[in-house]
Amino acid sequence: MAELMTLRDALASLVSDGDSVALEGFTHLIPFAAGHELLRQGRRELELIRMTPDILYDQMIGIGAARRLVFSYGGNPGVGSLHRFRDAIEHDWPRPIELDEHSHAGMANRYAAGAARLPFAVMRGYAGTDLARHANVRMVECPFTGERLAAVPALRPDVAVVHAQEADRDGNVQLWGIPGVQKEAVLAADRSLATVERIVERLEPRPGAVIIPGWVITAVAPAPGGSQPSYSLGITSRDNDFYRLWDEISRDRDRFAEWMDEHVLSATDPSLTGAA
Amino acid sequence: MSDATRGEIQTIVAARMLEHARSVFIGVGRPSTAAILARMVHNPDLVLVYESGTIGAKPFHIPLSIGDGELAETADVVVSVPEMFNYWIGPGRIQVAFLGAAQVDRFGNLNSTVIGDYGHPKTRLPGAGGAPEIAASCEEVVVIAPHTKRTFVPKLDFCTTVGYGGGPGDRERLGFRGRGPIAVITDLGVLEPDAETDELTLTQIHDEVTATQVQEATGWELAVADEPVRTPPPTDVELAALRELMSR
Repeated sequence: MAELMTLRDALASLVSDGDSVALEGFTHLIPFAAGHELLRQGRRELELIRMTPDILYDQMIGIGAARRLVFSYGGNPGVGSLHRFRDAIEHDWPRPIELDEHSHAGMANRYAAGAARLPFAVMRGYAGTDLARHANVRMVECPFTGERLAAVPALRPDVAVVHAQEADRDGNVQLWGIPGVQKEAVLAADRSLATVERIVERLEPRPGAVIIPGWVITAVAPAPGGSQPSYSLGITSRDNDFYRLWDEISRDRDRFAEWMDEHVLSATDPSLTGAA
Repeated sequence: MSDATRGEIQTIVAARMLEHARSVFIGVGRPSTAAILARMVHNPDLVLVYESGTIGAKPFHIPLSIGDGELAETADVVVSVPEMFNYWIGPGRIQVAFLGAAQVDRFGNLNSTVIGDYGHPKTRLPGAGGAPEIAASCEEVVVIAPHTKRTFVPKLDFCTTVGYGGGPGDRERLGFRGRGPIAVITDLGVLEPDAETDELTLTQIHDEVTATQVQEATGWELAVADEPVRTPPPTDVELAALRELMSR
């Protein structure tokens, strides 16, 4: 059964320097509170895995927490560039970052193979692109039809972190709305943490919801509002103004550092130490 | 004679492409605006599919991201990302795909990865996202891009997404199921692949634009159809609907 813990204790016990960590959430349910707490705990040399790096990984990369990035789309959706991500790749600032770049289909299949504990996934993709030369992809022949297909290696993160609307006291997690690849990420990882908006006595089943049983999750931690500025459908709204504002904040190295210091690194969030 | 901007005309022309479409795959920005407009004025049954897994979304507002809450709340069904790519896009269930790019070449191949060298790029762009597999598998691709020499280049810095590769036969050799780019809609006109050579050819020119202007904004010697069509100007209904949508 997942252990109910504070966010601070959960991350302190689950994540060490150098780990590969997947903080997932496809536009929706992005675990910002957990990512920020990792930065406050000073984690470094991380291999950060995420289909869409988004603002959270822009912040983590800009602080210098990542040695490697595994991803498929590094933009600020609907706004433009992720400036800290660009600065790291274009100018090695604040440190060089190694890339393991794929397409969305490739990343989704890599997670699915990891969840299935298979060594690789097979798919139609990458053919004819320059991405095929830079990504870890091999072409294989279908043993039944002879068709040439792409094989991509399974993703097996040390730790997966996801955010959900709610969990019960046994750590069973329920999320609804856009489900992304969170279930796959949790099942692919060795250890996992789900942060949740609220702990409930009993999960009320919802149509189309994803349930992740507590016995495949290592820890559950309450983090109300923990997906902001992304959102948790039905509880919080996406802060589109902040996504636009981030474009300004993140353009300049000094302004970024000041903002992070004020809003993340020196912030004290009551949910971090509150009773689980 | 209307007072529509070139950007508005580009969106309206893209929306017209969807008049008889069953389903369209869209990212954010102008493609999304065009698809919502198409549902408003041409094709109320059009199924909008966003990469976030929302199938049959009916947004009232133009979403900022592909995962805005309104898309999930109004969708017929919301699926996971692996399901989206493996069950819906890969098998070619989505008819039209709208794609953008930082660079387009004469065979409709697209770059959204880097300007310059991959290892030491001058400009790092967001990357592939879903584009390579979407372009390989959806029945038809429509590219929407601003018409400048920076975008329409003789050689891509990086081929993120294959259009017609090096020309006839390449899509078949690569095992692609979809037809490939059927049109590139810009703010100056529309390019379509030549039936024999697959090379993008100027077939339609927007109001008050000349073929010379389009050539000057293209980084290679642009093929021009014998008699390019003049884009029918936006109707009052199209323009009013677009402006009302933008103001929501």
